[in-house]
Amino acid sequence: MFHWLEKNPFFFAVGVFLVIAYAGVVTILPDFMESARPVTGTKPYTVLELAGRQIYIKDSCNACHSQLVRPFKSETDRYGMYSLSGEYAYDRPFLWGSKRTGPDLMRVGNYRTTDWHEYHMLAPQSVVPGSIMPAYKHMFKNNTDIETAYAEALTVKKVFNVPYDQPDMPKLGTYDEAKKALMEEAALIVADMKDPEVKEAFKRGEIKEIVAIIAYLNSLK
Amino acid sequence: MQANHALNYDYSVAKCFTYATILFGIIGMLIGVVIAYQMAFPDLNYLAGEYGTFGRLRPLHTSGVIFGFLLSGIFATWYYVGQRVLKVSMAESPFLMIVGRLHFWIYMITILAAVVTLFMGIGTSKEYAELEWPLDIAVVVLWVLWGISIFGLIGIRREKTLYISMWYYIATFLGVAMLYLFNNMEVPTYFVAGMGKWYHSVSMYAGTNDAMVQWWYGHNAVAFVFTVPIIAMIYYFLPKESGQPVFSYKLSLLSFWGLMFVYLWAGGHHLLYSTVPDWVQTMGSIFSIILILPSWGSAINMLLTMKGQWGQLKENPLIKFMIFASTFYMLSTLEGPIQAIKSVNALAHFTDWIPGHVHDGTLGWVGFMTMAALYHMAPRMYKRELYSKKLMESQFWIQTTGIVMYFSSMWIAGITQGMMWRATDQYGNLAYSFIDTVTVLIPYYALRATGGLLYLIGFFMFAYNLYKTMTVSKAIEREPQNASPMAA
Repeated sequence: MFHWLEKNPFFFAVGVFLVIAYAGVVTILPDFMESARPVTGTKPYTVLELAGRQIYIKDSCNACHSQLVRPFKSETDRYGMYSLSGEYAYDRPFLWGSKRTGPDLMRVGNYRTTDWHEYHMLAPQSVVPGSIMPAYKHMFKNNTDIETAYAEALTVKKVFNVPYDQPDMPKLGTYDEAKKALMEEAALIVADMKDPEVKEAFKRGEIKEIVAIIAYLNSLK
Repeated sequence: MQANHALNYDYSVAKCFTYATILFGIIGMLIGVVIAYQMAFPDLNYLAGEYGTFGRLRPLHTSGVIFGFLLSGIFATWYYVGQRVLKVSMAESPFLMIVGRLHFWIYMITILAAVVTLFMGIGTSKEYAELEWPLDIAVVVLWVLWGISIFGLIGIRREKTLYISMWYYIATFLGVAMLYLFNNMEVPTYFVAGMGKWYHSVSMYAGTNDAMVQWWYGHNAVAFVFTVPIIAMIYYFLPKESGQPVFSYKLSLLSFWGLMFVYLWAGGHHLLYSTVPDWVQTMGSIFSIILILPSWGSAINMLLTMKGQWGQLKENPLIKFMIFASTFYMLSTLEGPIQAIKSVNALAHFTDWIPGHVHDGTLGWVGFMTMAALYHMAPRMYKRELYSKKLMESQFWIQTTGIVMYFSSMWIAGITQGMMWRATDQYGNLAYSFIDTVTVLIPYYALRATGGLLYLIGFFMFAYNLYKTMTVSKAIEREPQNASPMAA
């Protein structure tokens, strides 16, 4: 049979494809029906949090930080309750990471605050002596891209039926409504911050990236 | 193998991809060395403002070496080996010549665009699949062109039986096509919402499902880019350079079909103790162990090909590169399954042992084999002898030292880190705060980066040696049958 295949490239290619596709069909497809159900209490991200999440991806925070607490006592002691599948129901893409150069961030919102993040992003060594994390000063200069974040929220609502605008779920509404809600949410974070330039910019109606990423990090619980 | 004098093979596309291999090799490895030093000396993060942080550069390093250096290496060898094992010249088909050139230029544009966008932070965050949808489409186009080139050449072949290398090239084409398409399923947000950045997209899969698809892809991208095409290379270049027939046809058969079937199941070992179903994790673990069989099958087949001819190892540095590569393939494919055992993975996952493992495969196996292949091709493509054997010898030892420094420091770092994360005091409380487990690693990070630097220096020696071979080396009249001619 193998000699015959080696003389018939088309059937050879079909054979290879069947053999390599088999595993994916068996291991991946069945669970697509199952595991996307959210845990009770898990909510989609607000537009500001989503904008922060996009910044998290833009600067590849996931290259050094995981978001997956494994079910070991050493991890639950350090980071809190181990992760459940349903907690990730609205994570597109998932951000588990593959390396912990820094600590896990799955539940960082439970034990870090806005002002801690502000100092830490500006000068990590000032709050964690010996840290090898770089400062992210540019987050204090760049403006948040609210339109793209809103576009993403609207897309997942329309295409994947993510339950925005449902009872007890975050409101999305039109862009103007979403922008207004977002400014109110951002105002609370800016109020807890010290940086005068970020505050000045907010008065002008600009939201710096640092505000959005703190909103996202605070939402991780 | 019979003599090839009757045919005039066309190497113009192979040459283009050879230059690309050198260019992207330098870029990719240079960035790798920079980010490795950043972990020991964080101030190096500020060399280029927001564009120079570890987070921005890491995807550039991985994509640069995988899709820049290695893919062009694979394409370069394909445009060389394909014609020879099928006994047909590309020049016989003007259509295939156009496809080949188009393939090269679309590839170059795509990779250069990838470099720019990753610097800007435009990406999807999925490892080794960071590119946004417009570039994903470009990748699909260049992949289809490669497919046309493969099957077009097969269509006009004279040698009816496909040589072993061909099996592996075909598998690379099919495997990557399937994986890349499914993992990059995404919805461009602009077309749904009518606002925001036009190139932004959101993944079709959420959470745990997304993780499963990603690591089915991520693990098998390693299979079909780091393993399968490299085996294609070694099955052609080692017998050709040494003048020895492949040891066993049956073993190559078993290894090929075994590898094809087993590899795809093993992706689950990246997700042990995560929230994916338990049986998927267990399957990933078990199949990773089974994977030793087909992997070692190929490697042993290559080592035994040298049976009775081990003297060549002393005389010919190219043989040394290739034998060293298969030895490292064996080490790496033993280490991987060990890390996939659940109890070992509990310690090793998320630590530096993982990048350590990746690099003894990529530097030792992939890098050495690709460079050996290009060394072998150069005298035949440029009709000149290799410029310097001595330089090649020094390169070999400098790079080998680099690799050993790399993986040994990462073994120690990874296991130290894993043990410290779980260490408890007499009351059962965690013994170390996280930062303790970071600062203790800094000497190993410095050692690793220096290992990487040695490898990069070796790569510059390789580039220089090839450049001299192409330009000033002594011309040869007849194509060498086996051992590549080289000046002392």
